[in-house]
Amino acid sequence: MEQKTKELVINGESRLCAAHSLSDLLKELGLGESAVVAEINGKIVSRQDFAVTILAFGDKIELARFVGGG
Amino acid sequence: MDNSAQAPLQTAEDPLFIGGVGLKSRLFLGTGKLGREELIPEIVAAAGVQVITVALRRVDLSDKSGNVLSHIPVHVQLLPNTSGARTAEEAVRIARLARACGTGNWIKIEVINDSVNLLPDGYGTAKATEILAKEGFVVLPYINPDLYVARDLVNAGAAAVMPLGAPIGSNRGLRTKEMIRILIEEIDLPIIVDAGLGVPSHACEAMEMGAAACLINTAIATASDPVHMAEAFGLAVAAGRAALLAGPGRSLVAGASASSPETGKLTAFLEANAASG
Repeated sequence: MEQKTKELVINGESRLCAAHSLSDLLKELGLGESAVVAEINGKIVSRQDFAVTILAFGDKIELARFVGGG
Repeated sequence: MDNSAQAPLQTAEDPLFIGGVGLKSRLFLGTGKLGREELIPEIVAAAGVQVITVALRRVDLSDKSGNVLSHIPVHVQLLPNTSGARTAEEAVRIARLARACGTGNWIKIEVINDSVNLLPDGYGTAKATEILAKEGFVVLPYINPDLYVARDLVNAGAAAVMPLGAPIGSNRGLRTKEMIRILIEEIDLPIIVDAGLGVPSHACEAMEMGAAACLINTAIATASDPVHMAEAFGLAVAAGRAALLAGPGRSLVAGASASSPETGKLTAFLEANAASG
């Protein structure tokens, strides 16, 4: 059976993803939810909404996380 | 025996209050440039650190390894910075993203548009501070030690002011000493010296002068032994603070003043002995 995919722009790169929700996407990318913060089309998504945030074709998704810094 | 170094850090019942949090330790730690982030827990323990800065960066989808938060003890207050922001608007956006990480509402504002000396933009910093303080952030802005910028930050609702001692990462010491002294005298907020301090004596000098705390990153991260250098900075910061509270003795403009009594000297006795001997 063919998996439904959609094109998303993640951190500036176009990707074909099967993910339905933002939580699914993080799993698909191999990222732990707790360490990541997300913006979709310029709007911050709070962590408790990751699972209920449904991704649409062409969504621009920015994923960031903390790194060492001064 | 490692506990011997802890004693001076804990004797001072002299908490620093920022954003309603009472801090025993006046050494803030930056975590950039650390060769091994696994050292963070040891550094925190050795120096008694309670506040740690981190930066927010895009996830690298080709390298998902490592997570700095996994090395930071949970009792530590996280102070994300807005590094990478070139304008007030970018700093505000980074701060909001950082808060969405769920690690608290403290933010170190950095607005930098100078790739040579990495000097902060005071106007942009004040604008970002005003917006973020209104949104409930505990804002610690990084600035050049300028009295007028510092006053703007007070009015903008900053929780502290963080002037640089020397350009970021330079380890050159307290080069802006006279300007920082003016901030300490004139500004009714904690003055935290951030950037440029290279060895513990620099931090000690800042604390003796009345700085509320020091933020050290490069000097620890680039030391041969970051854990012991952090410990040394912790001791120096605590020593400088203790000296300030103890009230340093006066200094003479010229000449000397004997430490031993000027009366009852043995001169006559020694002369008599010399004659008889």
